[in-house]
Amino acid sequence: MDFITQSHYYRVMPMLLEGLVWTLLITGIGLIFGFILGAIFGFARLSKSKIIYGIATVYVEVVRGTPILAQILFIYFGLSDLLGVNIDKITASIIAIAINAGAYIAEIVRGAVYSIDKGQEEAGRSIGLTRNQTMRYIIWPQAFRRMIPPLGNQFVISLKDTSLFSVIAVGELLYMGQQYYGATFAAFEALTMVCIMYLVITVPTAVYLRRVERRLDV
Amino acid sequence: MMISVRDLHKSFGSVEVLKGINAEVKEKEVVCVIGPSGSGKSTFLRCLNLLEEVTSGDVLIEGTNLTDPKVNINEVRSRVGMVFQHFNLFPHRTVMENITLGPIKVKGLSKDEAKKVALPLLDKVGLSDKADVYPESLSGGQKQRVAIARSLAMEPRIMLFDEPTSALDPELVGDVLAVMKDLAKEGMTMVVVTHEMGFAREVGDRVLFMDEGIIMEEDIPENLFGNPQNPRTQEFLSKVL
Ligand SMILES: Nc1ncnc2c1ncn2[C@@H]1O[C@H](COP(=O)(O)OP(=O)(O)OP(=O)(O)O)[C@@H](O)[C@H]1O
Ligand SMILES: [Mg+2]
Repeated sequence: MDFITQSHYYRVMPMLLEGLVWTLLITGIGLIFGFILGAIFGFARLSKSKIIYGIATVYVEVVRGTPILAQILFIYFGLSDLLGVNIDKITASIIAIAINAGAYIAEIVRGAVYSIDKGQEEAGRSIGLTRNQTMRYIIWPQAFRRMIPPLGNQFVISLKDTSLFSVIAVGELLYMGQQYYGATFAAFEALTMVCIMYLVITVPTAVYLRRVERRLDV
Repeated sequence: MMISVRDLHKSFGSVEVLKGINAEVKEKEVVCVIGPSGSGKSTFLRCLNLLEEVTSGDVLIEGTNLTDPKVNINEVRSRVGMVFQHFNLFPHRTVMENITLGPIKVKGLSKDEAKKVALPLLDKVGLSDKADVYPESLSGGQKQRVAIARSLAMEPRIMLFDEPTSALDPELVGDVLAVMKDLAKEGMTMVVVTHEMGFAREVGDRVLFMDEGIIMEEDIPENLFGNPQNPRTQEFLSKVL
């Protein structure tokens, strides 16, 4: 068994597992806030008010039109500069994921709500439900089901995006791999294991999503 | 008067679709609206429960003026049932839940009370055995009967129908019309936009012929179908009869 336990493939694992935990934490917490932002700005994008619509559109377009690497550097260095405080790396990463995914999720929310047949709202209103009740009991539950596949897709994208935070030395999965081969020169082994760790999360997610999608189709 | 419409105008952008409609519907009356495609029949009907905003004129439902900005539109809508061409059932809710949603959320009934309202209605439309299925497993005719039951669960004073049978396969039309006939017999006040001239003739107390955004002619069915006065009515009837 020694040849296994002595190998770099094995010895890199404790660091990578620690990195994976951070990757999942940043992705998970970031996406929870991203979902809240996305829901708010998604509905804002459906608003009849020009101002609310305008603000939401600026947010979505700015985020989607700039690279996430610039966004993380902006939040970590730029904002720290501006506010004169040191933002913790993990906090900055979570904010970056939330703001970045929030813009994409806003479009997912907007698209899903928009895709629900207008007749659903009319039917709800015509039995006397208020606008809010119609949204809550009729439109949103149907829209949410349609959002599950694209939200899962966004999870995969955001998870991979966290690897960019290695540039500010966040101890996420890729960074931990880099640390390992920086000290041992075993780049091939370390990066192979890094990729496998990403795939262990992303492939089952993709398979699961395809199943959900098929079920929603019929 | 259950419904009074006075000089109703409706424009979409710069296009005027309703150009001054005057109409009245008495209690227990069944009024059928016929006319060529694009003449504004649906728009007229949808103005009666403010699914379309009225551009000018007055719409009174049991004396409540819908164009009054202070009007509680949700309360009025709960008194006016509407049945759509494409049913618009809620696909994520069972038949029972479709019917009880309004009574629970609008009238504040408990689930059990709402079910007690729904069961006789399901029986009335002949679908007692379908309470727990989802709409996707129903035929078009069954869906439309559920939609009627859903509207009736709010105990409306008026029922509006917008071509309730025109999305149905011919063999399914009869069941839906039979339910509507029963409703009419029970004294429900109804406004029915329809292509079913047989239904209009048999069940209608009055028929309105709409064309180009106005009511061109109105009369009791015998006269309107048997001896139409307006040339546009004559031309339309010669095409559809
Ligand atoms: N939301 C809308 N925006 C713009 N134009 C509309 C809208 N709704 C209806 N129209 C137009 O208003 C006119 C009347 O439409 P309406 O649906 O009332 O006709 P209809 O008599 O019900 O026709 P059909 O028999 O085909 O159902 C049509 O020219 C239609 O294109
Ligand atoms: Mg129509």
